Amino acid sequence: MIPEIGHYALILALCVAVVQGSLPIYGAAVGNSSLMAVAKPAARGQFLLVLLAFCCLGYAFAEKDFSVLYVAATSNSQLPLHYRLAAIWGAHEGSLLLWMFILSIWMVAVSFFSTQLPEAMRARILGVMGLVSVGFLLFMLTVSNPFERLIPAALDGRDLNPLLQDPGMVIHPPMLYMGYVGFSVAFSFAIAALLGGTLDAAWARWSRPWTTVAWCFMTVGVAMGSGWAYYELGWGGWWFWDPVENASFMPWLAGTALMHSLAVTDKRGGFKAWSVLLAIMAFSLSLLGTFLVRSGVLTSVHAFATDPKRGLFILVFLAVVIGGSLVLFAWRAPRVGLGGGFAMISREGMLLANNVLLVAALGSVLLGTLYPLFLDALDLGKISVGPPYFDTVFLPLMTPAIFLMGIGPLAQWKQASLPTLAIRLRWAFGVSLATAVAVPWLMGQWTPLISLGLLLAFWILATILVDLRERLLHAEGGSIGGRVVALPRAYWGMVLAHCGVALFILGVTMVKGFEVEQDVRMNVGETATIGGYTFRFDGTQQVNGPNYVAARGTFHVSQNGREVTVMYPEKRRYFVQNQTMTEAAISPGLLRDLYVSLGEPLEGGAWSVRLYHKPFIDWIWGGCLVMALGGVLAVSDRRYRLAWRRKEAAVPAATQMARQTVS
Amino acid sequence: MTPRRKRFVLIGLGLVALAVASALVLNAFQSNLVFFYTPTQAANGDVPQGRSFRIGGMVEAGSLTRESDGLTVHFVVTDMAKRVPVTFKGILPDLFKEGKGVVAQGQLSANGAFLASEVLAKHDENYMPPEAADALAKAKTVGVQSSSTLVVNPR
Repeated sequence: MIPEIGHYALILALCVAVVQGSLPIYGAAVGNSSLMAVAKPAARGQFLLVLLAFCCLGYAFAEKDFSVLYVAATSNSQLPLHYRLAAIWGAHEGSLLLWMFILSIWMVAVSFFSTQLPEAMRARILGVMGLVSVGFLLFMLTVSNPFERLIPAALDGRDLNPLLQDPGMVIHPPMLYMGYVGFSVAFSFAIAALLGGTLDAAWARWSRPWTTVAWCFMTVGVAMGSGWAYYELGWGGWWFWDPVENASFMPWLAGTALMHSLAVTDKRGGFKAWSVLLAIMAFSLSLLGTFLVRSGVLTSVHAFATDPKRGLFILVFLAVVIGGSLVLFAWRAPRVGLGGGFAMISREGMLLANNVLLVAALGSVLLGTLYPLFLDALDLGKISVGPPYFDTVFLPLMTPAIFLMGIGPLAQWKQASLPTLAIRLRWAFGVSLATAVAVPWLMGQWTPLISLGLLLAFWILATILVDLRERLLHAEGGSIGGRVVALPRAYWGMVLAHCGVALFILGVTMVKGFEVEQDVRMNVGETATIGGYTFRFDGTQQVNGPNYVAARGTFHVSQNGREVTVMYPEKRRYFVQNQTMTEAAISPGLLRDLYVSLGEPLEGGAWSVRLYHKPFIDWIWGGCLVMALGGVLAVSDRRYRLAWRRKEAAVPAATQMARQTVS
Repeated sequence: MTPRRKRFVLIGLGLVALAVASALVLNAFQSNLVFFYTPTQAANGDVPQGRSFRIGGMVEAGSLTRESDGLTVHFVVTDMAKRVPVTFKGILPDLFKEGKGVVAQGQLSANGAFLASEVLAKHDENYMPPEAADALAKAKTVGVQSSSTLVVNPR
């Protein structure tokens, strides 16, 4: 009964979505405010209905209702409750419901935080979001229904993939989807602006906080996925350029470009059409990512053939959303007009270059991800595009972008002088160059990439310091504390986010340059030493978990004869799917991670063992967190709250004016 | 600079960026694409020499042996038509099992053995990597044809 209620709620939600996607947009076109007023209650009603459906599916999982096909396929009676609930998004159908649920959350958020928007604008935004949800609800109801019954009911479920039975996997998909779906708000703003034909600085200021919040979720989501791969897959890598990872990375790149382009539209009124195009791109890539990961195309393109209706629906849906919005763009964008002019050497110029580089990087990732799929689909042979391709393309494209990241914030809008910039930044360049030479020399190991990484990381940090010093000197507010407060939070957000990038680069450089990896055979009582740490293997013992049995190894780790830690890696066998899983033991630290995972049992109680020493690896995810925090700080800036009330073009902050007159 | 000239410069710079990016991509593509071959193709020598490629198929039951260092393993990959011996030094992934599908990346040595640098762990839940399933399916169809016709050369 409960699953039928959920199913029924989805059907009702579809009806509401159709209303929400049509009446308000029509009302906005003809200027009928009673039709436009439908948008808000429709969005909220749709949220309640989807919430109901979501709870119904959750209830079916909690109550182990194996007469629901999806529950039987992704959970099991031995699975603990928290993983049963996480299994809601453990496979295709449920992920789509989660997607839909998060979309309705964003819709409600828009309906609450848009009171200052003109009514027609709000009606169009919610209308476009309604149309997106029509697409998803239709998809679920026609070919991908999570409430489909299994009659007769299964005695027990097939269980959730053991790889997904992990706390990281419980939060990673919702985080990532908050990001994916969050870009639908920026997308709807863009489409609404194209429909209404008004694309001004105010539009950019309204879109900015939504885009930044979505980007923050996305950053955390991608970082969590990477962290999960690191500790769960048992071989210590943190990024494989796997299509699944690329699927989440591409919208992130587009979103990053969009944030920076919106900054120009907001402050200078430029890049309007480009921002709109990026918003369309970011959301299209989010859709592509969702379907790439969840439709099974990646495991086999021929998965489409097993359920052609599903594949066809996805292709048509993508074509309608991407094609439709691009056609609208081509039709309406010429009316948007250009912003103020600017010289090549100016903040706009550098942000433009940054955008071009980000989009080029995005294109190369897209090509490397989709090309093998196309070849396979056309039966032209099977190939794989591995990490070396992405590394060789990505590095040369990102290096200039990161170099510009240091200069951009210091350059004036409209026109900057290159010699002045060079003089202002000479110390920053000297310091970063010195570090790039000195650190490898001190560590006694040098490769060009180590130096390049250090150069870029310290370049970012040093230029931030130069910029901070200049701005604080010219800020009003007397004492240092007062001056710090006087600088806008959006500025501090940018500083923090850029620091995050520097930390990230530092982490990547140190791990790539100095990690030690060793696969060894270890007898009981035997020791092995890597990176100055001595690991003693004290054998394994059997441990019973709720739905698995494990061999747990004991490793005593010492440094200079002093015991540092004891580590317990496990080799688990999950009963239901009879699947073996490596559970690595990690001893995290600010400056290094120690990583032990069990390979295979050998004769006489010996095991093959992986021992890793990974310097600075946690900085990779720490850097991402700092980036996201920077985003949060930027969104909390006063100007966005004031912007709801004031619509006229922004005057650059007083501090920037002051700095411009100085240089 | 007039706005018109500036626009040309901008477009020019965009084109240069595009050209550099495409050059990078094509170059990286050229040298980093990894092709997939079936054991039959590998046994017939239809594979690139001195270049990394992938083979996939079933791990022949009972073929797994381990050297005394505990890390170097030998096994046979088969598509039920031809067999290719594989040598790998390192820790095998969790999903590696005799009688199950596998994909290995590496090079062919002079004596016809495949020296794997990587044994892939990413399988779907049916323990069958798609490439391996494909190899088996291909070998099967070729086998059927060769029983009905005398001269069969799939190439």
